[in-house]
Parts: sequence; C-alpha cells; structure tokens
Amino acid sequence: MASVRSAVSVKITPPVLTPTSREPQAPLVMRMTISKVNFYYGTKQVLFDINLNIASNKVTSLIGPSGCGKSTLLRTLNRMHETVRSARLEGEILVDNQNILAQDVTALRRRVGMVFQRPNPFPKSIFDNVAYGLRINGVKGSMADAVEKSLRHAALWDEVKDQLHKSAYELSGGQQQRLCIARALAVEPEVLLLDEPCSALDPISTAKIEELLVQLRDLCTIVIVTHNMQQAARVSDFTAFLLTGQLIEFSPTPQLFTTPSDARTEAYITGRFG
Amino acid sequence: MATTTTTVPSAGPITGSRSFLSRLRDGDEIARLVTFIFAGSVVLITLLLVFELWRESYLPRHKFGLGFFVTSVWDPIFDKFGALPFIYGTVVTAGVALLIAVPLGIGAAIFLAELAPARISDTLQFFIDLLAAVPSVIYGLLGVFVVIPMMRQYIQPALKSSLGFLPFFQGPAYGVGFLTAGIVLAIMVIPYIISVSREVLISVPRDQREAALALGSTRWESTWKVVLPFARTGIMGSIFLALARALGETMAVTMVIGNTPTISASLFSPGYSIAAVIANEFTEATGDLYLQSLIELGLVLFLLTFLLNGLARLLIVVTSQRGSGMGQA
Amino acid sequence: MSHRLRWRKFVSHFMLTMTGLCALVAVAVLFFILGYLVYHGGTSVSWDFFTKLPAPVGETGGGMANAIVGSAKLLLLATLLGVPIGFFGAIYLAEFSGGTIAFVVRYAADLLNGVPSIVIGIFAYSLVVLPFKHFSTLAGGFALGLMMIPITLRSTEEFLRTVPRALREGAMALGASQWKTIASVVVPAAYRGILTAILLAFARVAGETAPLLFTALGNRFWSPGWNQPTASLPVMIFTYAIAPYDDWHRQAWAAGLVLLGLILIINIIARVILSRGVAVPRT
Repeated sequence: MASVRSAVSVKITPPVLTPTSREPQAPLVMRMTISKVNFYYGTKQVLFDINLNIASNKVTSLIGPSGCGKSTLLRTLNRMHETVRSARLEGEILVDNQNILAQDVTALRRRVGMVFQRPNPFPKSIFDNVAYGLRINGVKGSMADAVEKSLRHAALWDEVKDQLHKSAYELSGGQQQRLCIARALAVEPEVLLLDEPCSALDPISTAKIEELLVQLRDLCTIVIVTHNMQQAARVSDFTAFLLTGQLIEFSPTPQLFTTPSDARTEAYITGRFG
Repeated sequence: MATTTTTVPSAGPITGSRSFLSRLRDGDEIARLVTFIFAGSVVLITLLLVFELWRESYLPRHKFGLGFFVTSVWDPIFDKFGALPFIYGTVVTAGVALLIAVPLGIGAAIFLAELAPARISDTLQFFIDLLAAVPSVIYGLLGVFVVIPMMRQYIQPALKSSLGFLPFFQGPAYGVGFLTAGIVLAIMVIPYIISVSREVLISVPRDQREAALALGSTRWESTWKVVLPFARTGIMGSIFLALARALGETMAVTMVIGNTPTISASLFSPGYSIAAVIANEFTEATGDLYLQSLIELGLVLFLLTFLLNGLARLLIVVTSQRGSGMGQA
Repeated sequence: MSHRLRWRKFVSHFMLTMTGLCALVAVAVLFFILGYLVYHGGTSVSWDFFTKLPAPVGETGGGMANAIVGSAKLLLLATLLGVPIGFFGAIYLAEFSGGTIAFVVRYAADLLNGVPSIVIGIFAYSLVVLPFKHFSTLAGGFALGLMMIPITLRSTEEFLRTVPRALREGAMALGASQWKTIASVVVPAAYRGILTAILLAFARVAGETAPLLFTALGNRFWSPGWNQPTASLPVMIFTYAIAPYDDWHRQAWAAGLVLLGLILIINIIARVILSRGVAVPRT
C-alpha cells in the first residue's frame, strides 16, 4: 500500500455533489469523497444516499437539527460506527482515493482523527495523554518535542508547559478539550473530525477552540459537526445541511447562510425549526 | 458474597412533620420502634461479637503479648502457643491463590466486559455467579479426590523436574500442602474477581475506549492501556475482596493443606492456616489457654478480613465515582 | 501494512483470545464440578441414603437421614432468626431512619457479612454453647442465622428503595398511615426482590460447614429436640471425605450431589424470580 504520508493529493473533477458556487473559484482538491452512503442500525435506516466531498485543508461543517444523522455520518468517516454491533454501512468512502473499508481500520484511524463531544482525556498526565498515540505507534525516545509541537498547535502549550506531569483531570473543561485536540494532532492526521467539540464548554473556551480550528486548516482537513449555526458560519468554509438522514444542501458557507437554495435550509437557518 | 456500599437511589422515609401523638395513634411510632429494635440488634450483635472475641482471648494476650505473633511453636502439651505457622500458612496460600486467580479472573472479566456480546456476557456471568454459590466443603471434596491425586501424580513431579532448583518446588510430593491449598483457593475466589471486575470495567465511560480507538489503537491496546488503568482502583478492590475471602476460607483449605504447623519455603510442604487450625482443634482443646489461643487466632483473622473488606469497599466506591465525575468543565 | 502494525494486530488478537480462554476455564470449572458429582454421587443417591441412619463405623451401608433432618432443623432456626431481623431492620432503614443511624446499621451489617464463618462459629460457641454447657442444634441454628442477617438486610433494603416514591405518596394521600403503606403497598411491590434475597441467603448458609463444627457438632443418631448436637449434611460430607473408608467416600459424593443440587436449584429459582421483575442490583 502506498505510503500515506505523500503530499500529493489527487485532484478529482467530482461527478458527485460539490459545493455549488456562483463565483469562479480556485480548483479544489478533495481529501475525502463520500458516495451513495446509506447507513442502518439493524433494520432502521438512518442515512439516505449521502454524496459529499470534503475539500482538503478546509473546514467543512455538518449542521442540522437533533437526530438528523450528522454525528452518525461523521463517525462513519473513521469507521467508529463499527463499535456498535448492529451498525451497517453501504456505499463508498474514500480518503485520498483509497476506500476506507478496504484498509486496516487501525491504520485508517491514525490518518483520520477524532475529537469527541465531551472532553475525554485518559487518566494519565498531560504529557502521557499527548504522547499516547505516538507510543502505540512505536515512537521511541524523547517525545518532548513532538508533545510540545502538538500542544502549541492546540494553543495549550503556554498554559501547561510547567505542569506536563500533572494529571489531565486537573485541567478545566476547555483545557481538557484542547488537550484532546493536541492528543489527536500528535499522530499527524490528514483529517480531523470534531463531533460538537464545544457543546460541553463555556463561551470563552468555545471561542478559543473556534479560533484554533481556523488555524488548524493549514495542518489538516477539518470536518466539524455542530448544532450551533453561528459557529458553523464563523468557522467553516463549506457547510452541509442534513435533515432526517438526507443531505439537503451543501454549499460554501457564506452562500448557504445568505442565499440558501433549498426552502428547508432557509427554514432551519432562520430558526423556524430546530 | 461481595457487598458494596453503593449509594442506592432513594425513595426514602416520608416522615414529614406530623405530630407525635397522631403518629402514635396510627401505630406508626410503634412500627418505627419495633423496626428500630430489629435494626439496632444488628449493631448490637456485631459489637457483641467483637467484644466476645476480645474477652475470650485475654489469657493468651496477657501471657504471650505480641510475642504470640512471632512464635512458631504450637505445643498444647507444654502450653506454648505461637501463631506464626498459621499466619504463614494463611498468607502463603492466599498469595498463591491470588497469583493464579488474579490474571485468570481479570482476563475473564475483560472478555466479558469488552468482547462478549451482551447476551453471552450475561449468560456466562450467570454461571459464574452459580460458581460463587458452591459451598466450601464441596470444593474440599473435589480437592481431596481430584486435586490431591492430580498434584501428587502429575503436577508436583512435573514442577519438580522442571523448576526443582527453586526452593519453592523441592521436597517430597505428598499431594497436600500449600500449593494444593492455594490452587483450590484460587478456584474459589475467581468468581469474585470476575464479578466485581466485570462490573467495574463495564462502568468505564464509553468515550474513553472510543478516544483510544480513534487514535488508532488496537482493541487490546485500548483495553490494556486505557480501560484497565481507568478501572484500576475498582479492580484492586475486587482483589482485596478476593483476598479477604481466601483468608477466611476454612473447609476446603483444611481438607487439602495437610494440617501440620510447619513453616517451609517449599510449596509442596504440608502446612496449616488460621481457619484450619481453629476448625480442627477447637473441640479438642483442653484447658482454657489452649482454647483461648485459638480464639485469639480467630480475633486476628477477624481483624485482617475487616481491614481488607473496608479497603476493598472504599476502592470500589472511588472508581464508580470517578467514572461519573470526569470530563466536566 | 507495516511490520509493526502487523505485530500489534497479532498481539491484540492473541491476548483477546487468551481472555476468552480464561472465561471458558472459569465456567468450565462449574460444569466439571457438577459432572464429577453426578458421576460419582449419582449412583449412591438412593432411597437408603434419604431414609437410613449412618451405619456403625467401619460397616458399609446406611444413609444420612439424620443429617438431612438435622440440616432442615438448623436452617429452620436460621431462617427464624435471620429473616425477621434482616427484613424488619431493612424496613427501618428504608422507611424510617435518618442518615447517621442508617449508616451505622449498614456498616455493622457489612462488617458482619465479612466475618469469616469460623469466627461466627466461635461467637456462637461462646454465646450459646458455653452457657448451656453443651453443643446443640440451637447453637448451630444461631450461628447460621447470624450469617443470614446481613444478606437479607442489605438486599431487602435495596429492593425497598427501588419502589417509587410516587407509590407511597399515593397510598398516604388516601389516608393510609405509614406502616399500612409499607405493609400493603411497598412490601408487596418489592416482594420479588425480597423473596430472592431470602432464598439466596438460605442457599448460602445451607452449605456452611465451619460454623457448625463446634456448635451443632455432629451426631451419628437422631437428635431429638433442639438441645442436642445434631448431624448436618455439610459436616457429614467433611467427616466422611477425610475418613479412610471407601464406602464413606461414596456416601460423601452422594451427599455432595444432594447438597449442591439443592443450593444450585435455589439459586436458579431465585434469579429467575428476579429476572421476571424489575432489574435491580445483585447482592
């Protein structure tokens, strides 16, 4: 299998749904391609014919009311749905043109990282949390540099540099979540998935993380699920709106929020339901 | 049986502020008093138990003092009693039992909590609960007729020939002894380790596992490096519980340990445990000093198990609280 | 796939298989015990076993009728002592008591539960055997009853607590006094769990041997009344198993089969009763 560290990404002219735009734009490179995805829990279908492309080094957000399937969709992207026995995925999801179902799941999850809704640091020190991913991949020797790099990327270094060996649980909620981001970044993923990362946090911590996400685009591709429309508007380049398991609209963010092309999108973003 | 002082959701007393007289008329005060007496009797009985143990052991306590614990002579004829051989035997057999039972028990608990689908996990747990219900004397029965011959004919000779250079595996192979008792004890305490560890592992929040998996861990790595450390205090608790059970175990041990007050490094040597000597010699004890020395041994056993059980419950409660309290802002 | 990843995956599969083996071994032990008892004791469980007294030492034949009756008497006494204290004490804890007293009572019960059974035997000896100057069924029943108390108490309390507050309030709103509410609404609502608790406590003490060794002692004949030493199944098993007579070994297997069979059946019944009701914490 080709090395996944290759910096060359394939440029595809997508036959499937791409951000519709009314202005000319620079050609986009697609990091992930989602085609004809249907998803079931047992006999109950939860996602219907999803077709979506995730642009490289951009922030794509998934929005929609509770239960619309946005988190479910996110979790298929790193095959976390496989932790549930009754889950069944149909369709094709490609990362760098490689089908995620055809590769080893452990290797995949190193390339596609995830940050969860509630901060979930391990019961270890701050240092060991960040170093965890490196250690299981056999990185030996001093990881101090790598840990520092990740903590800087997560805008947490200055706050914890003198307390790296303290327990992660001594940090505040917002700090814990940034620690989880640092932990995910340490293995240098190509894509970072975030599942409502700020929903358990206070506004100040939320603002810090939103700032962070915009900067992280240079490092990796970001897909974020959020129930907060304003957050999507602030942070993302492209927004996908889902409703009861279907993809209703997918556009560049400014366009979706100012001139949505579907009536249901407009109803949602103007708060008529949610 | 493993008990825990978990806090139970309370649909507790509705006493309100009714007047004493109106409560008395309705019979409620009487009901309260009667049930209070029953509840209070539990406390009384427990206090009485400790008191009796203390009172009925004053002779050896005064005569031997703390030397009781370091003397290895147990001579009823000359009225010399020392607890060391029994403490040694109790500790060694319990140690052997844990060495065998802990890896097996935690391994099984991991399987039940992490791997097995819920239905299979529950069914297997049902059987393991039944195993915990098997009385000690039945284990003793199998110990005498199955384990001892197996030890004498196969296991002890095999150990001797392969590891005989170690002091643990030297000496004649009678079949009885510390090792045999340890093995039987191990079988008896495994269900406790499995039950408690399984519950503790199940209570580890789902997102800990998911975080580990999302970082590209294999399932074993996520279990071993994340879930187990998270549950570490609760599992320690289960081990202490198992230890307390092993220390107090009487019948199965006395049927396979050889009942000789010997201190020896060899695991093949016959020995004695505190509970076993009490069981065997209590009715034969002539003279008060003899009897009370046995009772003092009972007091020692009581204190040991009391401490261990207390520690165990503390550790188990700490883990369950930890699971609910983390990740908060 | 890199070498390292291949190794990690191998380790993962290997270790997880090992854990499955551990679980298998643990469960297999249960079936091994049962199988062995059935094989060795099955043929000896006869009509004689249940009806005849033990034969004189050294002779073959005879049965364990006195031990069976003795165990029944001991368990009856134990239940009469342990269940009321556990039951009514639990009612106090769940319905009437405040925080501190409840804590003390629960702590004492947990302590009592953790006491090794041989030490309970010592206690019963000094409390019942010594004053009366002889071993007796009474002393043995007392010791077993003591062991039943904490199990019954803690479990009953937990089950009473699971009865929703709304149920109690409904009865009281209709004018029922507190004790009437408890008797007519709360206890019936929790009866499944309470019954289970009693059955499990019963099964637990039915197999206990150590506390009987110097309270009820043993008896090769019938034990009339409550003041004489009495034979019991567990003690018989112990005595026969360590004796040098083959015939006694055979009878020990039979007794073991009967005892274990009884205990397992009670356990299974108790858990089945429980599973039909609301899911509640295990003892």
